[in-house]
Amino acid sequence: MRRNKVKKGTFKRLLRYVSRKYKKRFIFVFICILISSIVSVISSLFLQQLIDDYIVPLLSTDNPVFTSLLKMLGIMAIIYVIGVVTAYLYNRFMVTISQGVLRDIRNEMFEKMEKLPIRYFDTNTHGDIMSRYTNDVDTLRQMLSQSFPHVISASFSVITVFCSMIYLSLPLTVFVVIFTSLTIVVTKKIASRSSKYFLRQQNSLGKVNGYIEEMLNGQKVIKVFTHEEAAKKDFQKLNNQLNEDMYQANKFANILMPIANNLGNLQYVCIAIIGTILTINGTLSLTIGTIVSFLQLTRNFSQPINQIMNQFNSIIMAMAGASRIFDMMDEVPEEDHGYVTLVKIHYLEDGTVQEVTDDTGIWAWKYPHHDGRLEYIELKGKIELENVTFGYREDKIVLHDISLYAKPGQKIAFVGATGAGKTTITNLLNRFYDIDGGKIRYDGINIEKIKKDALRRSLGMVLQDTNLFTGTIKENIKYGKENATDEEVIAAAKLANADEFIRLLPNGYDTVLSANGAQLSQGQRQLIAIARCAISNPPVMILDEATSSIDTRTEKIVQDGMDKLMQGRTVFVIAHRLSTVQNAKAIMVLDHGQIIERGNHEELIQQKGQYYQLYTGAFELE
Amino acid sequence: MVKRLLKSVREYKRDSFLAPFFVALEVILEVVIPLLMAQLIDDGIYSGEMNMVYKIGLELIICAALSLFFGMLSGMFAAKASAGFAKNLREDLYFKVQDFSFANIDKFSTSSLVTRLTTDVTNVQNAYQMVIRIAVRAPLMLLISLGFAFSINSQLALVFLLLIPILGFGLFFIASRVHSIISRVFKKYDALNNVVEENVSGIRVVKSFVLEQEEIHKFKKVSENIYRGFTKGEKILALNNPLMQFSVYLCILLISWFGARIIVETNMTALTTGELMTMFTYTIQILSSLMMLSMVFMMIIISRASIERISEVLAEKPTIKNKPNAITEVTNGSIEFKNVSFSYVNKKEKECLKHINLTISSGETVGVIGGTGSGKSSLVNLIPRLYDVTEGELLVGGVNVRDYELESLRKQVACVLQKNVLFSGTILDNIRWGDATASIDEVKRVCQLAQADEFIMRFPNQYYTHIEEGGTNVSGGQKQRLCIARALLRKPKILILDDSTSAVDTKTDSLIQKAFKEELADTTKIIIAQRISSVEECDKIIVMDKGKINGIGTHEELLKNNRIYREVYTSQRKGSDPDAKK
Repeated sequence: MRRNKVKKGTFKRLLRYVSRKYKKRFIFVFICILISSIVSVISSLFLQQLIDDYIVPLLSTDNPVFTSLLKMLGIMAIIYVIGVVTAYLYNRFMVTISQGVLRDIRNEMFEKMEKLPIRYFDTNTHGDIMSRYTNDVDTLRQMLSQSFPHVISASFSVITVFCSMIYLSLPLTVFVVIFTSLTIVVTKKIASRSSKYFLRQQNSLGKVNGYIEEMLNGQKVIKVFTHEEAAKKDFQKLNNQLNEDMYQANKFANILMPIANNLGNLQYVCIAIIGTILTINGTLSLTIGTIVSFLQLTRNFSQPINQIMNQFNSIIMAMAGASRIFDMMDEVPEEDHGYVTLVKIHYLEDGTVQEVTDDTGIWAWKYPHHDGRLEYIELKGKIELENVTFGYREDKIVLHDISLYAKPGQKIAFVGATGAGKTTITNLLNRFYDIDGGKIRYDGINIEKIKKDALRRSLGMVLQDTNLFTGTIKENIKYGKENATDEEVIAAAKLANADEFIRLLPNGYDTVLSANGAQLSQGQRQLIAIARCAISNPPVMILDEATSSIDTRTEKIVQDGMDKLMQGRTVFVIAHRLSTVQNAKAIMVLDHGQIIERGNHEELIQQKGQYYQLYTGAFELE
Repeated sequence: MVKRLLKSVREYKRDSFLAPFFVALEVILEVVIPLLMAQLIDDGIYSGEMNMVYKIGLELIICAALSLFFGMLSGMFAAKASAGFAKNLREDLYFKVQDFSFANIDKFSTSSLVTRLTTDVTNVQNAYQMVIRIAVRAPLMLLISLGFAFSINSQLALVFLLLIPILGFGLFFIASRVHSIISRVFKKYDALNNVVEENVSGIRVVKSFVLEQEEIHKFKKVSENIYRGFTKGEKILALNNPLMQFSVYLCILLISWFGARIIVETNMTALTTGELMTMFTYTIQILSSLMMLSMVFMMIIISRASIERISEVLAEKPTIKNKPNAITEVTNGSIEFKNVSFSYVNKKEKECLKHINLTISSGETVGVIGGTGSGKSSLVNLIPRLYDVTEGELLVGGVNVRDYELESLRKQVACVLQKNVLFSGTILDNIRWGDATASIDEVKRVCQLAQADEFIMRFPNQYYTHIEEGGTNVSGGQKQRLCIARALLRKPKILILDDSTSAVDTKTDSLIQKAFKEELADTTKIIIAQRISSVEECDKIIVMDKGKINGIGTHEELLKNNRIYREVYTSQRKGSDPDAKK
């Protein structure tokens, strides 16, 4: 369920985005709004004067002269022009402010998201993260570009009208204030009823949409089982509930305005009667003209208040959205205390190391020791795990006391049932998660000392779920090495055995992939992912079910490429087909987070343990 | 297009008419009320007659009460009509999709159908509510206010006739300009969502290639584009408000001038001062109703895309339908392909099955082997008529599949799809999809056959274990066995397993095969598999390659005379037989 709570300080924080970059513009806009509201106040004052000071006196003269009226209208015309110009200016500049703030928030949110630990993405649904960029930013947009200027100018009108009312008659103003508070209480009650139903509506809308999504995703199964009628019946139940909630929510929202407006009318009548009585019997020392002016003011008073009330719902919703956005921005980012970096080096003839910028093919860890000594350790790909313990949650340990050693160029395989902890180990190597106990060393360096960027650059990953990005195939392969040439791209594709099918596509390497490469088969997507990894030429590779969706015949072909790819590299392989892991230097059989057997294929077969059972098919892998 | 959508109003027609009806009454009162207010000032307060003040005050209160009453009614009816219309529309779309064939579903794609049933329906609902309230209110307010203005003083009211076209033209010009810009921006919004979506689901890839900065750069570019698009559109929209103010102020000046002259020259006979004030009120009402009209106009243009997308679904004709007097009895499980060709897009050059001739007799067990894209799934999808053949004939039980009633045919041809889905609910609920009336004993029996009973009984809640959406809380192998059990519950004459035991280990797989052999002797079984061991024991095995049958025979025959089969066999043998190397 999405929370709809507004956190304290959200509004202030939002204002900070405005003041940070757009302070001058915002002050300018604020002044323009003020001027334009002043103009509208002057306008209503002018209308009062028009009758009392210009028309009525002219009525009694025989030869009316209109020059003074004309002069007055001329002055008003100038004031009106000022009003129109300031109105344009504030509308115009508010656009760049509100859109600018939205852009800044969006960008900051994304930048922040890229820095969040993997854990965040595990614990939040994708839909929930997405909706911050869409729904929540959208409610903010509406508030900033519509409600904000509205409320400012309406509040200003309320203040000026209120002052004028006090100036004309304090007792009548007191009455107006009482009546208006009553109106606000009533409308607020309705508004809160309405927002209660709006929440319910959101809830049942979520249910209906969720149901639609689930059913449509399984639509083919529904057809196969001729389950259409049952699917219709369940749908109708949810849909009817949604209809009811939607009706209630909109009903209360719709009746809000008529109630507020007519309470305003009622107030008008009451003031007229009370004011006239009190004036005639002399309780109030007012002229009739003042009563009339006051009446006009009460209308000008209740209108902006109704306007503000009307914006109330959308402001609350926007604030709830802003809270969710700020929540995400406040998440603790991935921490990186590493100081060991990865550099290209070149060995001089005397054996000393020189750091270089061009591609020498030799990489080294640059290790600045605490005593100021700088050490270069050549990147070889030696990985050690020493008594590693880890749990995704504190109370649930997934890996117990794992120790293993991979020499440069060795192939290590992990085998075991789903949930045994195979993928978890690889996620620890690139520090998607941090271990709870033990040590992991890379070329003898504790990986916590290595900068995450450097660590991850040195590890190539091909995962079971291949994520391709919108763009051409070439761009997708280049993802592994940004400045790669076309030749390198093709070479990598050839290595992964992807070149052949890519060439058969209508636009070859320039074929644009969309929606995670939906136009390709799962196997083809995996081949591209392998090419993407190959081009980055990492010393250590992690293959997590990388060939699971390729049929066995094709896999055999890919295998040659894979073997070439794996040559000279330290490789960690997770595979559910045992044929893929047979030639590994060491196979680790994992069960409930522990290594229960280890050795090469022959040794493990001879042990006649778990691996043997898996191998002979007596045990389920998934 | 709009007409097709409006068919879904149905039982909410009454509310849809009553809403604007009461809006109209409310509007009339809203015009009368300022008139009465003017009278209150002129005839009551200025003349100091308390009786008149009371009388007109009472009239005003009555009018306000009526206006409140009508306003509430119109609001309620509008809410009811629009929520109801949305409900019906959603239902019509959903029911329509239920009638879709596989080809129809493929055409739209699931995600686009979901958008049409959710976001688009909401858009249309909002537009509908707006139309039945404001589309009546605005023009009516305009006309009545104008009428009253003319009845007060027709000379003065001419000012409005001058200004309405100016403002109207300006507003509609702005609206149409803005629309084209905004709709372009919304497309860019899709691009933004796409970047976010890809980064959320591919965050591991982004992080392991250390490309956060590049992705941020990419995002900022799209974000900047949206900023530019929106500012461009809203800058034009920013003209709306000042244009409106300009018109109002111009009206006030003109009316002040001419009004003052008329009052003075006719000595209050043609126009009173109170009436002059009323004219100012009408100025606001007339011009703001123009503003509202331009908003309605915008809203309709914006929702047009949604209307189009929805009506596309409603207009879609299901490609597979029951014939009149269709046959409801499938006599036996024999299958015959007579020169069958098939293409998903009905194009000769894109055929994925070419001239298939094949006979399978009732009760036979047939294995199908072949690489990705060889046409295995297409072949079996034709049997329950999930797709229609493009050429040739397909007979089940000696009758062309087109002559069967769909439900009867699919009851007898149970298909376990490759991309299978479990639904949220208990295991029992899910299995009972096969037969809603099945007893728990029957369910247990089919689960035993599918080798699922054992692991189900190990769950704490056994058959009442809750399955999450998409079946994410059971393993792949378990899911496949549940899907097989679900199909077995149908007691079909033909059972099709489309790569349905790929995640099941070989031992369990062979137990399933054995159970089939013993318990389902009369059922025709077609088994598509990647693993040779899954089909080894079949009565006959079909080797598919590039949409054609490459070979048919028993395991031994094919090993002897089929190259592809032999290749597949050797590629797997290494991995599955420990003694092979020795």
